[in-house]
Amino acid sequence: MTNMTDPKTVESGRSVSLDVRRIIATNGVPILFLALSITMALVAGLNVTFLLNEVVTRLARNSLLVLSLLIPVTAGMGLNFGIVIGAMAGQGAAIAVTYWGVTGVRGFLLACLLSTPIAAIAGWLAGNVLNRAKGREMITSMILGFFANGIYQLIFLFIVGPIIPLNDRRLLLPSGIGVRNTVDLINIAQSLDKIWRPVIGGVRIPVVTLLISAGMCVVIGFLMKTKMGQNLRAVGQDMHIAEVMGIKVDKTRIIAMILSTVIAGWGQLIFLQNIGTLNTYNSHEQVGMFSIAALLVGGASTRRATIWQAIVGVVLFHTLFVVSPLAGQRLFGVPQIGEYFRVFVAYGIIAVALALHAWQGRQVRRRAAEEAMLTE
Amino acid sequence: MTLRLRRIVENIGIPRLIIAGFLLIIFITAYITDMSVPQLMTDSLVRVGMNGILVLAMVPTISCGVGLNFGLPLGVLSGLVGALISMERNLKGFSGLFAAIGFAIPIAVVVGYLYAKLLESVKGQEMMVGTYVGFSTVAVMCVFWLLAPFKNPELIWAIGGKGLRFTLTLGNHFGKVLNEFAVFQLFGVKISAGLLGFFLLFCLLIYFFYKTKLGIAMLAAGANPVFARSAGIDVRSMKAVGVVLSTVLAAIGIIIYAQSYGFLQLYMAPLMMAFPAVAAILIGGASLQKATISNVIIGTLLFQTLLTTALPVTSRVIQGDISEVARLIISNGMILYALTRSTGGK
Repeated sequence: MTNMTDPKTVESGRSVSLDVRRIIATNGVPILFLALSITMALVAGLNVTFLLNEVVTRLARNSLLVLSLLIPVTAGMGLNFGIVIGAMAGQGAAIAVTYWGVTGVRGFLLACLLSTPIAAIAGWLAGNVLNRAKGREMITSMILGFFANGIYQLIFLFIVGPIIPLNDRRLLLPSGIGVRNTVDLINIAQSLDKIWRPVIGGVRIPVVTLLISAGMCVVIGFLMKTKMGQNLRAVGQDMHIAEVMGIKVDKTRIIAMILSTVIAGWGQLIFLQNIGTLNTYNSHEQVGMFSIAALLVGGASTRRATIWQAIVGVVLFHTLFVVSPLAGQRLFGVPQIGEYFRVFVAYGIIAVALALHAWQGRQVRRRAAEEAMLTE
Repeated sequence: MTLRLRRIVENIGIPRLIIAGFLLIIFITAYITDMSVPQLMTDSLVRVGMNGILVLAMVPTISCGVGLNFGLPLGVLSGLVGALISMERNLKGFSGLFAAIGFAIPIAVVVGYLYAKLLESVKGQEMMVGTYVGFSTVAVMCVFWLLAPFKNPELIWAIGGKGLRFTLTLGNHFGKVLNEFAVFQLFGVKISAGLLGFFLLFCLLIYFFYKTKLGIAMLAAGANPVFARSAGIDVRSMKAVGVVLSTVLAAIGIIIYAQSYGFLQLYMAPLMMAFPAVAAILIGGASLQKATISNVIIGTLLFQTLLTTALPVTSRVIQGDISEVARLIISNGMILYALTRSTGGK
């Protein structure tokens, strides 16, 4: 497994690799899900090559979306359910590129370029809203996502056609108003994946897509080491102390939201180019929930999330996603059970993570209060 | 004069003025385009009675200090189980309805108590935890519906003979029993005294609950926990009472909703149930800290009338169904408005 041990354990002088209890205590969630995935894979009796293929594809497809969650967590804003807004910006750009008929990698890059300002403006707005709801950012970002979904539907169902001209029968609904429910993204479909896709041991590897995600990991890792990253961490630790230190807290939080939304927009474009078709009114809806669940499965919390947790999380969550319907079929003879089970896993892991976070927060505060009493 | 006007606006609240204005425009448009205004009002009143108790379920959690109850699906699921037991036993008419409520209440009390225990340990994050506990319970119950030991052939899939159907028809059981009870006409508007009376009865019950010693203690615990504790009130158990009461109301609310709709919707249907109820009470002027019965009645009236009339009226003017989009924007916009203001929906 990946090396996620705390530097503190090294300082304590104990041998890290042998301290199993510590590893389990700090990485309990990913270990549990690893065990669950393996058990279910065995029950389902899946072909290993098929499973590996699926997981690699999904890793390439989803990791950028999950990475987009990291910055707001660092800034202390919790899990950003508002990445769906970035996904909507990406989808708008994908539709535009399809309409203009720009093909291949050029089309993909143009879509990225186009989604960036839209996502940035949306992220700026979202950041401003969240600054007015400090302490309840997560629920606010979730409702913000639903609200933005309403605006998105208003634009693509009623405004595109009569007000924003779009003269393309293939894109419009038969009535001439609004975009079709499914748009074939023929121009940018697989444009990144198919650049170089070697088959190693029966597993097709979309190298370029994976490299882009890896590049984003490097960029985020670098960003965290700059002054900006320090500010983000300081704000995440304690807003009041950061304010006293002379950091512009509100501005930093807005920047975190802008970055997150923009990365999510690109992430959705990568997702769409892999899938190849756009469900205009559904593709974005589940993005927030699945990405957050994946990050949490990787062992992240609402206050701390690392790049490795994001990657491990995507692998584990999507393994479970692939195997659970088949396991449900094998165990109960009803495939829907597995289907509902994975929905439960997604919701349940978020519920547990949020509850744990709130509970731990209370414990820390209580301990601090007790210590304060003792020192008095 | 302007000061007085401003005071009036402040008292009513901008969101309510905007929505009332919307409604006025809709009704005028309906009148101009020769639509039957009494028919629109009839439909709206049915929807008010249908959703009222689910909105009322928000009051206890807000007033005991837990905030908006996004965990409403927990109560809804308890209500669904109660309704299913009543249907499994083939009870018809009013006895079926009251049996459903009777079976649902004990389940809701237990579920509500466990939920309250959980919320107690996640103080400060109740809304977020509640949302996802509700979501994940809906998913767990999907598995339960598939495996549940119900035998009545009306309830389970015809093919395979296992698992409950997605939507169950209530027609033979207790479908519309309240809706069709004591119906009278007023200026061409059909009013179901049974349905609306039931809703108002529950409003009255909750109103009197807050006049009892327990109710006042709960209000105090919600408004100022420190003061309440020093006055000898057990804040924790007051919160538990609030959450249990809310869950029970949600269970009754979904049974009333289903009988009015005529169908019992299982599986993923309860997933988003909390959001329209939350939006309605906020539109009625409630905040995250304070909610009254009048907030419930005003909010449900405005929100449900808007939802009911928007579709038929706007479809005359605009092509396509804009009401679903309007519902998304208005309800979530209202929740956002309340979340970003320290005073809430005012």
